[in-house]
Amino acid sequence: MIIELSIADTAPDRDAVLASLGIPTDRPVPEHIQRLYATASARFKETATPVGIVSEISSEDFAAVYEGEGYNEPDSVVGDVFPRTPHLALFAATLGADTSRAIAAGFESHDFALASMLDAVASDSADRAADVLERRYESALRQDGRLTEDGAALRYSPGYCGWHTSGQKRLFGYLEPETIGITLTESCLMQPLKSVSGVILAGPREIHRFSPNYSFCRHCETHECRERLRALFGRSHGDPHGEPS
Amino acid sequence: MKVLAELAQAVIDGNHARAGELTQQVIAQDVPPKTILDDGLIAGMNVVGERFRVHDIFLPDVLLAAKAMYAGMNHLQPLLIAEGIPLIGKVVIGTVRGDLHDIGKNLVGIMLRGAGFEVIDLGNDVSPEEMVQAAKEHGAPVIGMSALLTTTMPVMREVVERLRDDKLSTDIKTIVGGAPLTQAFADKIGATAYGFDAANAVDVVKRLSGLS
Repeated sequence: MIIELSIADTAPDRDAVLASLGIPTDRPVPEHIQRLYATASARFKETATPVGIVSEISSEDFAAVYEGEGYNEPDSVVGDVFPRTPHLALFAATLGADTSRAIAAGFESHDFALASMLDAVASDSADRAADVLERRYESALRQDGRLTEDGAALRYSPGYCGWHTSGQKRLFGYLEPETIGITLTESCLMQPLKSVSGVILAGPREIHRFSPNYSFCRHCETHECRERLRALFGRSHGDPHGEPS
Repeated sequence: MKVLAELAQAVIDGNHARAGELTQQVIAQDVPPKTILDDGLIAGMNVVGERFRVHDIFLPDVLLAAKAMYAGMNHLQPLLIAEGIPLIGKVVIGTVRGDLHDIGKNLVGIMLRGAGFEVIDLGNDVSPEEMVQAAKEHGAPVIGMSALLTTTMPVMREVVERLRDDKLSTDIKTIVGGAPLTQAFADKIGATAYGFDAANAVDVVKRLSGLS
């Protein structure tokens, strides 16, 4: 199902954008940086055409998608969680090509500060587009009575947490994100760049718990998964990722 | 020389129009191009780099300063080339095969250029063969590799191993960086160094190039 998204749906979070550029937001943000953010946001609104696609998939079919080209880590989060997941959906979302072109043009014309701010705005927005798809799938499951109030959905993408990027080939074969303008390169990378794809896993909250002892976790400094799990379980449940709560 | 100090200040202020004007002005005064580069543009970027390092300013400020430096370099570069004046060093950079995320790599490239390096930017989705070949062709003693996806990090090891197999590890050093990377990962794959952010990468590349 193709899902039209509005700019408002995918509006970036200013503090998250600034934080991604190393700018602290617990103190007044310098005026020239505020202006830069405002200009980048305006450019984003002019260029972004967010759209998404979601398709439910059975656990058996997803097993084949996930297997991909056989390059996944032997043990991985998705590989452990999806077999116990009752509801799965493949998804893809994109901001369209114009925003990526605007970022590239900014760098080419040496407008580095604006281009990097626009890149950060677009990255946050692409994640928010994926968040919207995740929430809408979760909401649809609740409306159908297939997900209890305590249930939850979390998404995972090829390229992260042990799911190899080559998994995109089968994901694209099943989902056909080309219908919303996303294509794959030979190296299994999405064009436009500001696109997100993956699987949404939904079911009882407990299915999402996992141990942090995967081999790739030891060398990964990206802590987004920890934040997502903390948001799901809260600190009172202890930290499922093994950090002190 | 006062005008060179003004040029450095224009870079520090991120005033690209002023930096361009002042560069033209000092060129017209027959100041040697290498002096303009070292005492004007790079001097300004060095101040910016130091202020960024101590968190006095932020990344956008560095990038505004870089734009100002580029505005000066537009006028200066032809003279440097004509006089055969080399930049302070050469670096090959790229985002590794299977990875299209190039913002971090671009920022490192901008800051390396700002520090006076010649940067051979291979773009993204770059194979180990291309990385090593480019370093050999350009005589670059450093290869900088970037990755954002955890599943593309192992490609960095392929570059390190290729250099070792070709007996080039002594002549060509490697620095790795990217959001999911750690010093431990760099050590594990045998990379020469790890850069935790763009400013640190410049320091490390200087060290690997024997400049500090």
